[in-house]
Amino acid sequence: MQPIIQITDVNKIYDSGFQALNDISLSIKPAEIFALLGPNGAGKTTLISTICGIVNASSGQITVDGKDIVSGYRHTRELIGLVPQELTTDAFETVWATVSFSRGLFGKKPNPTFIEKTLKSLSLWDKKDSRMMELSGGMKRRVMIAKALSHEPSILFLDEPTAGVDVELRKDMWQLVRQLRNDGVTIILTTHYIEEAEEIADRIGVIKNGQLILVEDKAALMNQLGKKQLILDLKEPLVAIPSTMTDFNLQIKNEGLQLIYSYDTTKEHTGISALLQQLSSANIGFKDIKTDQSSLEDIFVSLVKEST
Amino acid sequence: MNHYAVAAIYKFEMARTKRTLFQSIISPVISTSLYFIVFGSAIGSRITEIDGVSYGAFIVPGLIMLSLLTQSISNASFGIYFPKFTGTIYELLSAPVSSIEVLLGYVGAAATKSILLALIILATAHFFVPLEIAHPLWMLFFLVVTAITFSLFGFIIGIWADNFEKLQVIPLIVITPLVFLGGTFYSVSMLPPFWQTVTQLNPVFYLISGFRWSFYGVADVSLITSFMVMSGFLAFCLLAVTWIFKSGYQIKQ
Repeated sequence: MQPIIQITDVNKIYDSGFQALNDISLSIKPAEIFALLGPNGAGKTTLISTICGIVNASSGQITVDGKDIVSGYRHTRELIGLVPQELTTDAFETVWATVSFSRGLFGKKPNPTFIEKTLKSLSLWDKKDSRMMELSGGMKRRVMIAKALSHEPSILFLDEPTAGVDVELRKDMWQLVRQLRNDGVTIILTTHYIEEAEEIADRIGVIKNGQLILVEDKAALMNQLGKKQLILDLKEPLVAIPSTMTDFNLQIKNEGLQLIYSYDTTKEHTGISALLQQLSSANIGFKDIKTDQSSLEDIFVSLVKEST
Repeated sequence: MNHYAVAAIYKFEMARTKRTLFQSIISPVISTSLYFIVFGSAIGSRITEIDGVSYGAFIVPGLIMLSLLTQSISNASFGIYFPKFTGTIYELLSAPVSSIEVLLGYVGAAATKSILLALIILATAHFFVPLEIAHPLWMLFFLVVTAITFSLFGFIIGIWADNFEKLQVIPLIVITPLVFLGGTFYSVSMLPPFWQTVTQLNPVFYLISGFRWSFYGVADVSLITSFMVMSGFLAFCLLAVTWIFKSGYQIKQ
């Protein structure tokens, strides 16, 4: 499948000498949700800003829908909607005026019906005549999304879209993102919230110090790097692991009252049955049993630490 | 041509005038009326005619130029500085618009506003002094070209400024003195020879002279000279704006 965005060997060195992007190459597939994770200052916003034309790349090439973002900027920018990280709005404008302005700026004929539909879908219709300064932070965030969607883009960049918003709005936004993806819109989002990426992303990229250190399907990533643990709450404290069970990857915790077995889910035999048999033979009883899988957050932290 | 974008920027800027009606229109009209009352009626009644024109009528073109220049600069500089200040410039930078379209929107709106204001001041002047315009088409030509030129200059200031003080500094310490010393309230022939020479270094002097000629057919310098100075300044502004867009100076990293 032809990528909707193709980034090839892109570097960005600011006038101060700081290298924000270091040989970034990445392909974004049409109608996928791509989450870009990274610590503060990793280069997430610089990468988005470069694709959108806000920042000039020092070298490399970026194409959108097969067109170069510099020579074919009219076509590429028409396709892109951007929700920036900061709530940058003209405080004195009304919601209706600012969203209509965005549509015109991106070269679209005025369409009050579409603007109305967009505002309604974001629960902003009753605020259409309110000035931006009168809105709450969450409402302003919705307006930023409405502005980005006002020209019917086929690619949407969301830079930290749920930073500082309440749980309800966050879930509304996730729902909206999924709906847009179902409508064929490609979504690229940066986030600090790993659970956000875990919840909605199809693919995940991790960026650190301007370098893309990992790009992987979310499911494969979880599968490939995710460790699973079997946790047994023992009836009696265990002082040491019996010699018959030293082949198992076991740990004693909680003053001997918990036995933890780490195993690989990708292997044909996890060893759980054998372990349970050994426990029975050794007359080690347990009250409860549960499993735990390492989260994307664990994976992310481990990746970022590894690359340091 | 992304004419929807030009229209969007233009309408957005014109809408700001509606929101700030007092600051944009009423305040300059009041200030200019005070000039007419103080200089035109009170002091002017004691001054004889200059080049066959009553003093009150003589200062009208200069006062219109004063408002036209300051408002063109102020409107355009604020128009582009405000998105930089609030951060909304991200939208302009990521939009499918060319530099020409951005200029048409911002400079077009700023020039429109200052031309409207100049025409309102002209109408106001009628209440204070008898006026006749010898060359109305030339008058309109000077009005439009000056408004565009100084709106371009204002746009450059707005790009250059990185705080509100810088936004005000050029209009306050450069433009206003140049207009006052450019023959708004007097004919250059009334000055001692040394100051006549100094005045000739002031580009605004040529604008006022040409504009006054369009009203009364009298001027301190020839029409061609006024036209050439105006064209030179317009060319300078266009070159500066071209460089700004090419280099991304103060707007793009």
